[in-house]
Amino acid sequence: MDAHAHAGEHEIEIPYAIYPRPDTGLYNGKLGIWLFLASEVMLFGALFSSYILLRTGAVNWPRGYTFLNIPLATANTFILIASSVTVVLAWANLRLGNLKLGRIFIAITILCALLFLVNKGIEYHHEFVEGRSPSTNNFMALYFTLTGLHGLHVIGGVIVFAYFLGPGAKMWHEDRNRYTNRIEIAGLYWHFVDLVWIFLFPTLYLL
Amino acid sequence: MSEHAIIDVPPHSPADEAEHAGIHDPNLHHSPEEIKREVRVYLIVFFALSALTAVTVASFYALKSYPVSVAIGVALAIALVKGSLVAGYFMHLLSEKKLIYGVLILTVFFFFVLIWAPWAHHHSPFN
Repeated sequence: MDAHAHAGEHEIEIPYAIYPRPDTGLYNGKLGIWLFLASEVMLFGALFSSYILLRTGAVNWPRGYTFLNIPLATANTFILIASSVTVVLAWANLRLGNLKLGRIFIAITILCALLFLVNKGIEYHHEFVEGRSPSTNNFMALYFTLTGLHGLHVIGGVIVFAYFLGPGAKMWHEDRNRYTNRIEIAGLYWHFVDLVWIFLFPTLYLL
Repeated sequence: MSEHAIIDVPPHSPADEAEHAGIHDPNLHHSPEEIKREVRVYLIVFFALSALTAVTVASFYALKSYPVSVAIGVALAIALVKGSLVAGYFMHLLSEKKLIYGVLILTVFFFFVLIWAPWAHHHSPFN
């Protein structure tokens, strides 16, 4: 029975969800996430562009290190780097057929992300207590916009990983290659979130 | 209209097609030894990223008495190295398909336009 007849009788088979297309050499989800990440580069790029425009045009520019919490931000950098490693370790273990270890590393990734958000919450709380808000000046407006948007991406990652740790994990028993691919592309997204923070940290806190 | 007229389902098994087209899929074809070797590389990259983060903060304190342009240059150079490690190893861009390189070349080009434009505006003699 060919695939057309099979699809008509039961359910529609999504083509190239697991195996690569002959023309692109990629499975569709992977190409999709890279196109999405390209749009994300432009989104954050526009905000970095705004930062440069406002900073080069300012007579006086507040220096983040004089009032922002550098030790906490440094700790958050280590936390995000650690979470990037746990994602690739989860993916590697799934490729080795070890779902249990794969899920443990996904859970550690989620914990790292939550810890990052808690630290960010402490920082935000401190800023508001000190009377600094997005309306204080251009620097604070950019600080809250950039870190807020980045924080939303962290929350998005937590939701995706929590799904694959919980109800989404049943995909492993139906099609383990597909589940492994899902973790790979969720990981690509997560590494991008880490990448953005690598540039945000010196830009906002140190320079 | 029937369902399979809307969505194009390949006439053959995708696995067969991939195999016949000679496509290499790392998920399916890497041996356990190769994957374990990759894990060792990931851990080395992790330590490199951690060390570079420490260097970023240390260089910030060390360069406090220097002009801000020096601190910006050093901090962004370290961030570029860290970003390259993440993209190259964790996002496995060192061994990706040409189509992704094409997408990224376009993206990087337009990203640099975004970064260059405000800088050029600031240094323009007509400003």
